[in-house]
Amino acid sequence: MARTVFHEEFCKGCGLCIEACPKKILAFAEHRLNHKGYQAVDCLRPEECTGCAICARTCPDVVIDVYREAGQAEGS
Amino acid sequence: MEEKLVFSRPEALTDMPTHYCPGCHHGIIHRLVAEVIDELGVRENTVGVASVGCSILAYDYFNVDMVGALHGRAPAVATGVKRGRPDSVVFTYQGDGDLAAIGTAEIIHAAARGENFTVVFVNNAIYGMTGGQMAPTTLDGQRTQTSPAGRDPHLAGHPLRMSELIATLSGPSFVTRTAVNTPARINQTRKAIKKAFELQLAGRGLGFVEVLSTCPTNWGLGAVESGQWVDSHMIPYYPLGVFKED
Ligand SMILES: Cc1ncc(C[n+]2csc(CCOP(=O)(O)OP(=O)(O)O)c2C)c(N)n1
Ligand code: SF4
Ligand code: SF4
Ligand code: SF4
Repeated sequence: MARTVFHEEFCKGCGLCIEACPKKILAFAEHRLNHKGYQAVDCLRPEECTGCAICARTCPDVVIDVYREAGQAEGS
Repeated sequence: MEEKLVFSRPEALTDMPTHYCPGCHHGIIHRLVAEVIDELGVRENTVGVASVGCSILAYDYFNVDMVGALHGRAPAVATGVKRGRPDSVVFTYQGDGDLAAIGTAEIIHAAARGENFTVVFVNNAIYGMTGGQMAPTTLDGQRTQTSPAGRDPHLAGHPLRMSELIATLSGPSFVTRTAVNTPARINQTRKAIKKAFELQLAGRGLGFVEVLSTCPTNWGLGAVESGQWVDSHMIPYYPLGVFKED
Protein backbone atom coordinates (compact mmCIF):
# COMPACT_ATOMS: atom_id res chain seq x y z
CA MET A 1 0.00 0.00 0.00
CA ALA A 2 1.12 3.49 -0.80
CA ARG A 3 -0.66 6.81 -0.84
CA THR A 4 -0.35 10.37 -2.06
CA VAL A 5 -1.34 13.51 -0.18
CA PHE A 6 -2.07 16.60 -2.28
CA HIS A 7 -1.38 20.01 -0.73
CA GLU A 8 -4.12 21.27 -2.93
CA GLU A 9 -3.72 25.00 -2.29
CA PHE A 10 -0.35 24.86 -4.09
CA CYS A 11 -1.85 23.17 -7.16
CA LYS A 12 -2.11 25.10 -10.42
CA GLY A 13 -4.07 22.49 -12.36
CA CYS A 14 -1.33 21.98 -14.96
CA GLY A 15 -2.08 18.27 -15.31
CA LEU A 16 1.57 17.18 -15.52
CA CYS A 17 1.11 14.69 -12.67
CA ILE A 18 -1.95 13.17 -14.35
CA GLU A 19 0.05 12.69 -17.54
CA ALA A 20 3.10 11.29 -15.73
CA CYS A 21 1.47 8.69 -13.45
CA PRO A 22 2.36 5.28 -14.93
CA LYS A 23 -0.78 3.75 -13.42
CA LYS A 24 -3.03 6.45 -14.90
CA ILE A 25 -4.95 6.76 -11.65
CA LEU A 26 -4.90 10.57 -11.31
CA ALA A 27 -7.57 12.83 -12.78
CA PHE A 28 -8.93 16.34 -12.37
CA ALA A 29 -11.61 16.52 -9.68
CA GLU A 30 -14.85 17.26 -11.46
CA HIS A 31 -16.40 19.54 -8.88
CA ARG A 32 -13.60 20.97 -6.80
CA LEU A 33 -11.47 24.09 -7.27
CA ASN A 34 -8.81 25.39 -4.92
CA HIS A 35 -8.80 28.97 -3.64
CA LYS A 36 -6.85 30.16 -6.66
CA GLY A 37 -9.59 28.70 -8.85
CA TYR A 38 -7.55 25.82 -10.25
CA GLN A 39 -9.10 22.43 -10.76
CA ALA A 40 -7.84 20.06 -8.07
CA VAL A 41 -6.51 16.55 -8.71
CA ASP A 42 -7.91 13.32 -7.26
CA CYS A 43 -6.51 9.82 -7.07
CA LEU A 44 -9.26 7.68 -8.61
CA ARG A 45 -8.00 4.25 -7.54
CA PRO A 46 -5.78 4.71 -4.49
CA GLU A 47 -5.40 0.95 -4.07
CA GLU A 48 -3.40 0.86 -7.32
CA CYS A 49 -0.88 3.48 -6.23
CA THR A 50 2.64 2.02 -6.06
CA GLY A 51 4.22 4.99 -4.29
CA CYS A 52 6.64 5.48 -7.18
CA ALA A 53 6.44 9.26 -6.57
CA ILE A 54 6.69 10.02 -10.28
CA CYS A 55 3.70 12.36 -9.92
CA ALA A 56 5.41 14.20 -7.07
CA ARG A 57 8.73 14.50 -8.90
CA THR A 58 6.96 15.85 -11.98
CA CYS A 59 4.87 18.46 -10.16
CA PRO A 60 6.38 21.94 -10.59
CA ASP A 61 4.60 23.15 -7.46
CA VAL A 62 5.61 20.46 -4.98
CA VAL A 63 1.97 19.71 -4.26
CA ILE A 64 2.30 15.99 -3.59
CA ASP A 65 3.68 14.03 -0.63
CA VAL A 66 4.08 10.27 -1.06
CA TYR A 67 3.94 7.61 1.65
CA ARG A 68 4.92 3.97 1.33
CA GLU A 69 4.53 1.08 3.70
CA ALA A 70 7.73 0.60 5.68
CA GLY A 71 9.87 -2.01 3.93
CA GLN A 72 8.06 -1.62 0.61
CA ALA A 73 10.48 -1.28 -2.30
CA GLU A 74 10.19 1.61 -4.71
CA GLY A 75 7.55 1.01 -7.38
CA SER A 76 6.20 -2.24 -5.94
CA MET B 1 0.60 -0.66 9.39
CA GLU B 2 3.68 1.45 9.52
CA GLU B 3 4.31 3.83 6.66
CA LYS B 4 7.05 6.24 5.82
CA LEU B 5 7.13 9.51 3.99
CA VAL B 6 9.16 8.88 0.83
CA PHE B 7 8.65 12.20 -0.93
CA SER B 8 7.94 15.67 0.39
CA ARG B 9 8.96 19.30 0.00
CA PRO B 10 12.72 19.74 0.45
CA GLU B 11 13.89 21.82 3.39
CA ALA B 12 15.82 24.11 1.07
CA LEU B 13 12.53 25.41 -0.37
CA THR B 14 10.40 27.84 1.63
CA ASP B 15 6.69 27.20 2.07
CA MET B 16 5.79 30.03 -0.27
CA PRO B 17 3.70 29.18 -3.35
CA THR B 18 5.55 30.31 -6.48
CA HIS B 19 4.27 32.87 -8.97
CA TYR B 20 5.24 30.67 -11.93
CA CYS B 21 2.58 29.90 -14.53
CA PRO B 22 0.86 26.49 -14.41
CA GLY B 23 3.19 23.77 -15.69
CA CYS B 24 6.25 26.03 -15.99
CA HIS B 25 9.39 23.93 -15.50
CA HIS B 26 11.06 26.62 -13.35
CA GLY B 27 9.30 25.00 -10.37
CA ILE B 28 10.75 21.55 -11.09
CA ILE B 29 14.25 22.98 -11.51
CA HIS B 30 13.96 24.94 -8.24
CA ARG B 31 12.97 21.77 -6.44
CA LEU B 32 15.90 19.81 -7.89
CA VAL B 33 18.40 22.46 -6.77
CA ALA B 34 16.79 22.40 -3.30
CA GLU B 35 16.95 18.60 -3.14
CA VAL B 36 20.65 18.66 -3.96
CA ILE B 37 21.30 21.30 -1.29
CA ASP B 38 19.49 19.07 1.23
CA GLU B 39 21.26 15.89 0.11
CA LEU B 40 24.66 17.53 0.45
CA GLY B 41 23.72 19.04 3.82
CA VAL B 42 24.93 22.50 2.80
CA ARG B 43 21.75 24.52 3.32
CA GLU B 44 23.16 26.68 6.13
CA ASN B 45 26.19 27.40 4.01
CA THR B 46 24.70 28.11 0.61
CA VAL B 47 24.35 31.48 -1.12
CA GLY B 48 22.19 31.60 -4.24
CA VAL B 49 22.37 34.42 -6.77
CA ALA B 50 19.06 35.16 -8.46
CA SER B 51 19.01 36.81 -11.87
CA VAL B 52 16.49 38.94 -13.74
CA GLY B 53 13.73 37.03 -15.45
CA CYS B 54 10.75 35.06 -14.20
CA SER B 55 13.03 33.54 -11.55
CA ILE B 56 13.84 36.96 -10.11
CA LEU B 57 11.83 36.08 -7.00
CA ALA B 58 13.88 32.92 -6.40
CA TYR B 59 15.07 34.57 -3.18
CA ASP B 60 11.55 34.06 -1.80
CA TYR B 61 11.52 30.39 -2.75
CA PHE B 62 14.97 29.06 -1.79
CA ASN B 63 15.40 28.62 1.94
CA VAL B 64 19.05 29.71 1.77
CA ASP B 65 20.80 33.09 1.73
CA MET B 66 20.15 34.78 -1.60
CA VAL B 67 21.47 37.81 -3.46
CA GLY B 68 19.59 39.45 -6.34
CA ALA B 69 21.90 40.41 -9.21
CA LEU B 70 21.29 42.95 -11.95
CA HIS B 71 20.30 41.54 -15.32
CA GLY B 72 23.03 39.21 -16.61
CA ARG B 73 25.43 40.01 -13.78
CA ALA B 74 24.83 36.95 -11.60
CA PRO B 75 28.19 35.31 -12.49
CA ALA B 76 30.04 38.52 -11.52
CA VAL B 77 28.13 38.74 -8.23
CA ALA B 78 28.71 35.03 -7.58
CA THR B 79 32.42 35.56 -8.24
CA GLY B 80 32.50 38.20 -5.52
CA VAL B 81 30.49 36.11 -3.05
CA LYS B 82 32.62 33.01 -3.59
CA ARG B 83 35.95 34.83 -3.49
CA GLY B 84 34.90 36.74 -0.40
CA ARG B 85 33.52 33.67 1.35
CA PRO B 86 35.36 30.69 -0.15
CA ASP B 87 33.76 28.31 2.35
CA SER B 88 30.25 29.01 1.13
CA VAL B 89 28.50 27.03 -1.57
CA VAL B 90 27.44 29.43 -4.34
CA PHE B 91 25.10 28.98 -7.28
CA THR B 92 23.54 31.25 -9.86
CA TYR B 93 20.08 30.60 -11.31
CA GLN B 94 19.75 32.31 -14.69
CA GLY B 95 17.39 32.29 -17.67
CA ASP B 96 18.54 32.37 -21.28
CA GLY B 97 17.54 36.01 -21.75
CA ASP B 98 19.74 36.74 -18.75
CA LEU B 99 22.73 34.46 -19.37
CA ALA B 100 22.85 34.29 -23.17
CA ALA B 101 21.94 37.90 -24.04
CA ILE B 102 22.73 40.78 -21.68
CA GLY B 103 24.92 38.55 -19.50
CA THR B 104 26.99 36.81 -22.18
CA ALA B 105 30.20 38.59 -21.20
CA GLU B 106 29.82 37.81 -17.50
CA ILE B 107 29.25 34.08 -17.93
CA ILE B 108 32.00 33.63 -20.51
CA HIS B 109 34.61 35.38 -18.40
CA ALA B 110 33.54 33.68 -15.16
CA ALA B 111 33.81 30.36 -17.01
CA ALA B 112 37.15 31.30 -18.56
CA ARG B 113 38.48 32.15 -15.10
CA GLY B 114 37.20 28.83 -13.81
CA GLU B 115 35.39 30.51 -10.92
CA ASN B 116 34.41 27.91 -8.35
CA PHE B 117 30.61 28.11 -8.33
CA THR B 118 27.65 26.35 -9.92
CA VAL B 119 25.55 27.79 -12.74
CA VAL B 120 21.98 26.60 -13.26
CA PHE B 121 21.06 27.88 -16.71
CA VAL B 122 17.36 27.60 -17.52
CA ASN B 123 16.88 27.71 -21.29
CA ASN B 124 13.27 28.14 -22.39
CA ALA B 125 14.15 29.75 -25.74
CA ILE B 126 12.31 32.99 -24.96
CA TYR B 127 12.15 36.03 -22.67
CA GLY B 128 9.41 34.85 -20.33
CA MET B 129 9.09 37.63 -17.79
CA THR B 130 8.76 40.49 -20.25
CA GLY B 131 6.05 38.85 -22.33
CA GLY B 132 7.68 36.52 -24.83
CA GLN B 133 10.25 38.37 -26.92
CA MET B 134 12.90 36.64 -29.04
CA ALA B 135 16.02 35.57 -27.13
CA PRO B 136 19.42 34.63 -28.59
CA THR B 137 18.30 31.05 -27.85
CA THR B 138 14.98 31.32 -29.71
CA LEU B 139 14.91 28.63 -32.39
CA ASP B 140 15.01 29.36 -36.11
CA GLY B 141 11.43 29.85 -37.27
CA GLN B 142 10.08 30.17 -33.70
CA ARG B 143 7.32 32.75 -33.39
CA THR B 144 7.67 35.27 -30.58
CA GLN B 145 6.36 38.78 -29.92
CA THR B 146 9.39 40.23 -31.72
CA SER B 147 9.61 37.57 -34.42
CA PRO B 148 5.91 37.19 -35.30
CA ALA B 149 6.74 35.47 -38.59
CA GLY B 150 9.28 33.20 -36.92
CA ARG B 151 12.96 33.84 -36.16
CA ASP B 152 14.72 34.70 -39.40
CA PRO B 153 18.39 33.66 -39.25
CA HIS B 154 19.24 36.18 -41.98
CA LEU B 155 18.23 38.94 -39.57
CA ALA B 156 18.94 37.37 -36.19
CA GLY B 157 21.57 34.70 -36.83
CA HIS B 158 21.16 31.20 -35.48
CA PRO B 159 20.47 30.47 -31.80
CA LEU B 160 23.40 30.31 -29.40
CA ARG B 161 24.33 26.89 -28.04
CA MET B 162 25.73 28.08 -24.72
CA SER B 163 26.84 24.71 -23.35
CA GLU B 164 28.89 23.93 -26.47
CA LEU B 165 30.40 27.42 -26.35
CA ILE B 166 31.27 27.30 -22.64
CA ALA B 167 32.74 23.81 -23.08
CA THR B 168 35.47 25.21 -25.36
CA LEU B 169 36.93 27.11 -22.38
CA SER B 170 39.48 25.54 -20.09
CA GLY B 171 38.02 26.93 -16.82
CA PRO B 172 34.83 24.91 -16.34
CA SER B 173 35.07 21.48 -14.73
CA PHE B 174 31.69 20.24 -15.93
CA VAL B 175 29.33 21.37 -18.70
CA THR B 176 26.12 19.52 -19.45
CA ARG B 177 22.68 20.00 -20.99
CA THR B 178 19.65 18.21 -19.56
CA ALA B 179 15.86 18.51 -19.63
CA VAL B 180 13.04 17.93 -17.16
CA ASN B 181 10.19 16.92 -19.49
CA THR B 182 10.21 13.24 -18.48
CA PRO B 183 10.61 11.53 -15.09
CA ALA B 184 13.95 9.97 -16.20
CA ARG B 185 15.31 13.34 -17.31
CA ILE B 186 14.20 14.94 -14.04
CA ASN B 187 16.38 12.36 -12.28
CA GLN B 188 19.29 12.97 -14.64
CA THR B 189 19.03 16.71 -14.05
CA ARG B 190 19.14 16.23 -10.27
CA LYS B 191 22.27 14.10 -10.69
CA ALA B 192 23.89 16.70 -12.96
CA ILE B 193 23.17 19.53 -10.50
CA LYS B 194 24.51 17.38 -7.67
CA LYS B 195 27.68 16.65 -9.59
CA ALA B 196 28.24 20.34 -10.28
CA PHE B 197 27.79 21.15 -6.57
CA GLU B 198 30.14 18.32 -5.59
CA LEU B 199 32.83 19.58 -7.98
CA GLN B 200 32.46 23.00 -6.40
CA LEU B 201 32.85 21.47 -2.93
CA ALA B 202 36.02 19.77 -4.20
CA GLY B 203 37.30 23.14 -5.44
CA ARG B 204 37.35 22.02 -9.05
CA GLY B 205 35.90 25.12 -10.70
CA LEU B 206 32.78 26.18 -12.53
CA GLY B 207 30.00 23.67 -13.12
CA PHE B 208 27.53 24.65 -15.84
CA VAL B 209 24.18 22.86 -16.00
CA GLU B 210 21.91 23.96 -18.84
CA VAL B 211 18.37 22.73 -18.33
CA LEU B 212 15.92 22.88 -21.24
CA SER B 213 12.75 24.33 -19.77
CA THR B 214 9.30 25.40 -20.88
CA CYS B 215 7.34 28.63 -21.12
CA PRO B 216 3.77 27.44 -21.75
CA THR B 217 2.40 30.97 -21.45
CA ASN B 218 4.59 32.62 -24.07
CA TRP B 219 4.89 29.56 -26.29
CA GLY B 220 1.08 29.56 -26.42
CA LEU B 221 0.92 25.87 -25.55
CA GLY B 222 -0.58 23.81 -22.74
CA ALA B 223 1.65 22.40 -20.02
CA VAL B 224 1.73 18.87 -21.44
CA GLU B 225 2.16 20.10 -25.03
CA SER B 226 5.07 22.28 -23.90
CA GLY B 227 6.87 19.21 -22.60
CA GLN B 228 6.34 17.58 -25.99
CA TRP B 229 7.66 20.70 -27.73
CA VAL B 230 10.93 20.29 -25.85
CA ASP B 231 11.26 16.89 -27.57
CA SER B 232 10.06 17.93 -31.01
CA HIS B 233 11.77 21.32 -31.31
CA MET B 234 14.38 21.99 -28.64
CA ILE B 235 16.33 18.75 -28.29
CA PRO B 236 16.99 18.41 -32.04
CA TYR B 237 18.86 21.74 -31.91
CA TYR B 238 20.01 21.57 -28.28
CA PRO B 239 21.18 17.96 -27.84
CA LEU B 240 21.30 16.61 -24.30
CA GLY B 241 24.60 15.35 -23.01
CA VAL B 242 27.87 16.14 -21.27
CA PHE B 243 30.07 18.58 -23.18
CA LYS B 244 32.98 18.83 -20.77
CA GLU B 245 34.09 16.83 -17.81
CA ASP B 246 37.51 17.20 -16.22
C1 LIG C 1 19.09 46.11 -17.77
C2 LIG C 1 17.79 45.45 -18.09
N1 LIG C 1 17.44 45.27 -19.38
C3 LIG C 1 16.26 44.67 -19.68
C4 LIG C 1 15.42 44.26 -18.69
C5 LIG C 1 14.11 43.61 -19.07
N2 LIG C 1 14.10 42.17 -18.84
C6 LIG C 1 13.58 41.65 -17.71
S1 LIG C 1 13.60 39.99 -17.69
C7 LIG C 1 14.25 39.93 -19.25
C8 LIG C 1 14.54 38.62 -19.94
C9 LIG C 1 14.14 37.43 -19.15
O1 LIG C 1 14.26 36.27 -19.88
P1 LIG C 1 14.98 34.98 -19.35
O2 LIG C 1 16.29 35.31 -18.73
O3 LIG C 1 15.03 34.01 -20.49
O4 LIG C 1 14.10 34.44 -18.17
P2 LIG C 1 12.61 33.86 -18.16
O5 LIG C 1 11.76 35.00 -17.76
O6 LIG C 1 12.30 33.32 -19.53
O7 LIG C 1 12.66 32.78 -17.14
C10 LIG C 1 14.46 41.21 -19.76
C11 LIG C 1 15.02 41.50 -21.08
C12 LIG C 1 15.82 44.46 -17.35
N3 LIG C 1 15.07 44.05 -16.33
N4 LIG C 1 17.00 45.05 -17.08
S1 SF4 D 1 2.89 7.58 -6.60
FE1 SF4 D 1 3.12 6.70 -8.67
S2 SF4 D 1 1.34 5.34 -8.89
FE2 SF4 D 1 0.90 6.66 -7.12
S3 SF4 D 1 -0.27 8.36 -8.01
FE3 SF4 D 1 1.87 9.00 -8.02
S4 SF4 D 1 2.65 8.43 -10.04
FE4 SF4 D 1 0.72 7.33 -9.73
S1 SF4 E 1 1.46 18.56 -11.38
FE1 SF4 E 1 1.13 19.61 -9.40
S2 SF4 E 1 0.32 21.63 -9.94
FE2 SF4 E 1 0.10 20.34 -11.76
S3 SF4 E 1 -1.98 19.46 -11.60
FE3 SF4 E 1 -0.59 17.98 -10.63
S4 SF4 E 1 -0.57 18.53 -8.46
FE4 SF4 E 1 -1.45 20.28 -9.55
S1 SF4 F 1 6.14 33.46 -18.31
FE1 SF4 F 1 7.01 31.52 -19.01
S2 SF4 F 1 8.96 31.25 -17.88
FE2 SF4 F 1 7.73 32.84 -16.84
S3 SF4 F 1 6.61 31.74 -15.22
FE3 SF4 F 1 5.26 31.89 -17.02
S4 SF4 F 1 5.63 29.99 -18.15
FE4 SF4 F 1 7.33 30.22 -16.71
